[in-house]
Amino acid sequence: MASTFDTVADIISDTCDIEREKITPDSHAINDLGIDSLDFLDVAFAIDKAFGIKMPLETWMQDVNEGKVSTDEYFVMKNLCANIDKLVAAKSA
Amino acid sequence: MKLEYFQMVDRITDLDLDGRRIQTSCQVPEQSPVFEGHFPGHPILPGVLMIETMAQTGGWLVLAAMRFARMPFLMQVEKAKMRAFVEPGRLLAGEATLEHEGSGYAVIKGAIRADGKKVAEAEIRYGVVPFPNDTLRGVMLESARRIGVPETLFDAQ
Repeated sequence: MASTFDTVADIISDTCDIEREKITPDSHAINDLGIDSLDFLDVAFAIDKAFGIKMPLETWMQDVNEGKVSTDEYFVMKNLCANIDKLVAAKSA
Repeated sequence: MKLEYFQMVDRITDLDLDGRRIQTSCQVPEQSPVFEGHFPGHPILPGVLMIETMAQTGGWLVLAAMRFARMPFLMQVEKAKMRAFVEPGRLLAGEATLEHEGSGYAVIKGAIRADGKKVAEAEIRYGVVPFPNDTLRGVMLESARRIGVPETLFDAQ
């Protein structure tokens, strides 16, 4: 079974036409990979479908805009994947 | 339909929130300035207005599902196919199913039919955000009443 990182990286590579090799656990989806909001909509839809979750993007953006966290918290790949894992675990609980 | 005002949906004929689907009725007018240019001697409904018809059909479904708390704005059209010409005077049936309600976005699959035959289809994605002002929400509620959205769904606080 593919890891969360592999699944998300494959989604981003396919959706945003980014070479798979360029996507690492430390890549920042926006700053390093250059994913814009429209492309991120595709990515979010694909992730929601793949994992059967609803990523709380609005809450995350609110946290960022209010200065509670940096974008790294949600948009660096390893952190994004950790948050996805938490959502999957919460769904299964 | 009032094409010049982008008023595409005349009536909601079925709204099933449990089933996450909607059907609409859309009467293409016999005459419109749109047909004068599209095309002279061969008037047909522009494909972009077929897409708009599907977007509005699905948009009413999203609005109803969210109890008019938020407004869906068209962001993306995928897999759009215009399968047949639609001439002035045709009666169209719009349909949409809500594929996904995400955080700040929604996805529908839409289609329109004429005489039972599918004439267009698309997957449509919306950014779903709070109404930018009370004026727009008021106009949307007024339009919702006109096309037959049950007022029990107007309950957003």
